[in-house]
Amino acid sequence: MNIVVCVKYVPDAQSDRSFNEADNTTDREGVEGLLSELDEYAVEEALKIAEAGEGEVTVVTVGPEQAVNAVKKALQMGAHKAVHVSDEAIHGSDAAATSLILAEAVKKAAGDGTPDLVITGMSSTDGVMGVVPAMLAERLGLPQVTYASELTLHGDKVSIRRDGDAASETIESTLPALVSVTDQINEPRYPSFKGIMAAKKKPVETWSLADLGVDAGRVGLDAAWTKVTSFAKRPPREQGQLVTDEGDGGTKLAEFLSAQKFL
Amino acid sequence: MFELSQDHEDFRKVVRDFAEREVEPHVAQWDRDSHFPTDLVPKMGDLGLFGLVVPEEFGGSLDPDEGGAFTSLCVAIEELGRVDQSIGITLSAGVGLGINPILSYGTDEQKQQWLPDLVAGRALAGFGLTEPDAGSDAGATRTKAVRDGDEWVVDGAKAFITNSGTDITSVVTVTARTGTDDKGRPEISAIMIPSGTPGFTVEEPYHKLGWHISDTHGLSFAGARVPATNLLGEQGSGFKQFLKTLDDGRIAISALALGLIERMLAESTAYASSRTAFGKPIAVNQGISFQLADLAVMAETSHVLTYKAAWLKDEHDAGRRSVAEVKKAAAIAKLYTSEAAVSATRIATQVFGGNGFMEEYPVARFYRDAKILEIGEGTSEVQRMVIARHLGLPTA
Repeated sequence: MNIVVCVKYVPDAQSDRSFNEADNTTDREGVEGLLSELDEYAVEEALKIAEAGEGEVTVVTVGPEQAVNAVKKALQMGAHKAVHVSDEAIHGSDAAATSLILAEAVKKAAGDGTPDLVITGMSSTDGVMGVVPAMLAERLGLPQVTYASELTLHGDKVSIRRDGDAASETIESTLPALVSVTDQINEPRYPSFKGIMAAKKKPVETWSLADLGVDAGRVGLDAAWTKVTSFAKRPPREQGQLVTDEGDGGTKLAEFLSAQKFL
Repeated sequence: MFELSQDHEDFRKVVRDFAEREVEPHVAQWDRDSHFPTDLVPKMGDLGLFGLVVPEEFGGSLDPDEGGAFTSLCVAIEELGRVDQSIGITLSAGVGLGINPILSYGTDEQKQQWLPDLVAGRALAGFGLTEPDAGSDAGATRTKAVRDGDEWVVDGAKAFITNSGTDITSVVTVTARTGTDDKGRPEISAIMIPSGTPGFTVEEPYHKLGWHISDTHGLSFAGARVPATNLLGEQGSGFKQFLKTLDDGRIAISALALGLIERMLAESTAYASSRTAFGKPIAVNQGISFQLADLAVMAETSHVLTYKAAWLKDEHDAGRRSVAEVKKAAAIAKLYTSEAAVSATRIATQVFGGNGFMEEYPVARFYRDAKILEIGEGTSEVQRMVIARHLGLPTA
């Protein structure tokens, strides 16, 4: 089983995230970054499948120089090899362009074919659009089974459970396929010390757009279908309302909650 | 000169992430309940924390060609200690006192029997040296082991033994008198007593000032019989063996103290920047900011002393440095960092004012946890004795 996992390097949500003043894109250089937590579930699921049988896990990311840290973390967790697509022309790419680059990278990583399984997270933790998995499946011509909270392989088929508000669906697809997974599917492992040391010896390929045969004019900020036209920092949180209890504290509290439509 | 490698820093990130996600959310409750989180131990094992200094054949990750293994262990202890001191000492003692004696002095059979489970975090082992009437003066050991056929019969008592009474404790190595040498001095040997051995009783847990989460018990032995093959190392070499064990332990305690000091610096800096008095953050006052500066000096100095000692220990293991250098550096690091840790918690609780006295804030827990650092693995007085011994002073 040949599995490709697509992951993203995102700014650490714990740090002070911001946008670039010049072009309104996410600032990916001035902040600490990490492997998107939602993608850890995708890596973990791929590793579980590979460990249960024969399999090789390749991790692919698209992003600036430091984005290689995202695939390094996946290698430390146990993935076998990694691809980092990096090219200055990629800066500012939207989801459509990202899916184009990923599609070509996935094909090349699979030896110009199609892997048996492509796994992604359900969305990134920074852009949070959640559309790249669907776009990528479309570009690869693969069936897409998204938001999997459980994944089972049997023969040349994959079935998943998708938990909705009203019902849980079990969906089956033939392989090869693309599956996006939720944060309910597993408990991602921490890299072990051995994993960290082993990752140093694992191959990481760095590809440019030219290596993938992608026209630079089709990606980047200028080719983006949507743009952030302005941004404003959220105002600092205001101090809460203090209610002095003069025997009617309960009533005042109920009135406040009612006014906020909590009741 | 020494410095931490990229591997050490990569590893630090993982341990920090682990500590913040798996330990931090529960630690206040565990501390309140004096609860030892048995389930956490195998997770620490999965991370490889117990196997850093153990060869691969026993499940560890020690690669003699790489070096720096003991330093890695110190990084892990520092990062766990930053979140909780009890969890830090559980690792430190688990490796230094539980695994190390067996690894260093055990026969192949003993290693095969005990190490894989200890390294995986499926089991913990303790080391019983201290007695109700014998601490740093280990020669005063009263516990005795008498050979009876193919068995040792152990009688006596041990005090303050870490990891000795958990649900997964598999064995405790104890020092015991096994006779007298040619000069009439007591001959001390180390003997491994498996949990559940008839006559081996684990007493009720202590009520401690701090380290509430750490598992600490007194042990008593009344005619406890173990096979003769449970002797660890050579008969009569128990004294020498434990001295070496203590050197490593001192550096580990320094790493624990370092984690504490860094946490106090971070907590105090954040609090002093957000807490206002008279319309301004209290950090604008030099009375506060100078104390934070002192904390920063303590953190930096502790980092340098700890990792210099750890580096010397790794270099010693690679045959490039003498044991005397490690001993001296370990004692200096342990003395300074543990005393600085006590000062750091005093400063931090003072910066926090009334809140520093409240258990809702972690500085209060660290305040209680700090004191033992000046006592365990050799008191500050013992460290000064060791350091003075290296100064070439005239003897009395």
